[in-house]
Amino acid sequence: MSAVNATPENLSEILSGEDIAPTSKAPAAAIPARRTPYFETESGKRFIEGTLNLFKNAIPPLLGMLLFVAMWALVSNSGKTIPGPAETWDAAVVLFSDPFYDNGPNDQGIGWNILNSLYRVGIGFSLAAAVGIPLGFMIGRFDFLNRMLSPVISILRPVSPLAWLPIGLLILQKAEPASIWVIFISSIWPMVLNTAAGVQRIPQDYMNVARVLNLSEFKVFTKILFPAVLPYVLTGVRLAIGVAWLVIVAAEMLTGGVGIGFWVWDEWNNLNVAHIIIAIFDVGIVGLLLEQALMLIAKRFSYE
Amino acid sequence: MQSYVQIENAGMVFSTKKGRFTALTDINLHVDQGEFIALIGHSGCGKSTLLNLVAGLLDATDGVLLLANKEIKGPGPERGVVFQNHSLLPWLTAFENVYLAVEKVFGSSESKAQLKARTKAALELVGLTHAANKLPGEISGGMKQRVGIARALAMEPKVLLLDEPFGALDALTRAHLQDELMKIVAATKSTVIMVTHDVDEAVLLSDRIVMMTNGPSATIGDVLTVDLPRPRDRLQLAHDPKYHDLRSQVLEFLYSRQMRPKEAA
Repeated sequence: MSAVNATPENLSEILSGEDIAPTSKAPAAAIPARRTPYFETESGKRFIEGTLNLFKNAIPPLLGMLLFVAMWALVSNSGKTIPGPAETWDAAVVLFSDPFYDNGPNDQGIGWNILNSLYRVGIGFSLAAAVGIPLGFMIGRFDFLNRMLSPVISILRPVSPLAWLPIGLLILQKAEPASIWVIFISSIWPMVLNTAAGVQRIPQDYMNVARVLNLSEFKVFTKILFPAVLPYVLTGVRLAIGVAWLVIVAAEMLTGGVGIGFWVWDEWNNLNVAHIIIAIFDVGIVGLLLEQALMLIAKRFSYE
Repeated sequence: MQSYVQIENAGMVFSTKKGRFTALTDINLHVDQGEFIALIGHSGCGKSTLLNLVAGLLDATDGVLLLANKEIKGPGPERGVVFQNHSLLPWLTAFENVYLAVEKVFGSSESKAQLKARTKAALELVGLTHAANKLPGEISGGMKQRVGIARALAMEPKVLLLDEPFGALDALTRAHLQDELMKIVAATKSTVIMVTHDVDEAVLLSDRIVMMTNGPSATIGDVLTVDLPRPRDRLQLAHDPKYHDLRSQVLEFLYSRQMRPKEAA
């Protein structure tokens, strides 16, 4: 029995110090008394320091989240149109208790919606990487190509991703490939531009090494170009996946089908605002995870 | 006897945005096999440019450069270069950096085991066997420079070209590496051309000191023969009047004859 399990009934008993005899823990508690107390040993001190650090690092983000939830509660209380944190939480618990049900194309679990969106992002983004990264390498390596393509890229890059949707629908005829096309066209630019910048910024020293050693083009690529440019490529990939995940919600709202963006629109038509808020958190958390995963990969490949 | 490295009337003109810039004119220099040449001059006098011409990283716009009676066209592994800032590939270990060079030069004629043995031997020569599996980011500046030297030596080059190899190092590390370089060159009988801005380094290491005039249009001002007996010891040389005489000759060239480039031109 310990203070943690205290109830009003046994509290006085604990406080009076008569909480010793009947439990089997008593002999175990007697042994540490003869040794150095745990919190004065080396590992004990490290444990205290670690715990303190944990609190120091955890307090600011926790405080931020708390403030955010408090403001949300305030707004929902004053207006009554937006569901508050508690209400949303209850709805989320129900929603996530069965994420993979399937009642036909217009009523599927939240898990299916997220996976469908991730699938589209995955396809569009992979195609963009397959085209964009080699293109970036070539633009960086050949100045002629760079000057040839830079006006075209400069014009196409600032175009809003959704402006490409009608073109996609026109050419591809179907909604599914059209939304993948939108992901492709919006996520290709960061990868092209970052890869090209990486190739252009390879230190001359490395290329001199290649020239002095007379390395073959293959060796130059595998031993110098590729490792030197990889951090830049990964930055491009990271930015691109962020853009792709931003764009998919909007694209799906327009094209329909199964997906988190369509789901948001569907819930809006049902006037289920709690689900819309849940969707916003979902999109945010999945985006955060995607970016963090790529950050981890990028860290593994940075040599500076 | 025919000279090993021949530089005949070499000149270098760069085309820049501000127009043509003449870096070097009328360079004539013959280097014998096994000779140690130091190129010295004020910064901007084109000594690194001259070294890059021999390395083949730059093409001379005038004149001709020969190595063993063959014209130098582009860089090649028979000329090992040690760069000023070590230029190791940061994603390869010390061993892999050297192995890359060894594999290129001997890969077609030797087995993998032989290539690895060569790499090990080169690292041992510069005293870095213990750091073979470290990345450049994990070792000190002096050690990086030694890996750079090992990489150049491992190719068994006909000529070793050093571009201010110890310039970025502290004085103690520099002295230590100079001593090591002297031993290595004595053992391998390498032909060496070294760019330096350090007068003591030039006198200590070289057989001849090539002193360059100030740029633009720099050329060879004077050549000083250093006839100090080898092996040389820096402590004994400190009391050698001949050493001080040579040293003051170089200083005299650098600081009274080439002091004010604008007025001289």
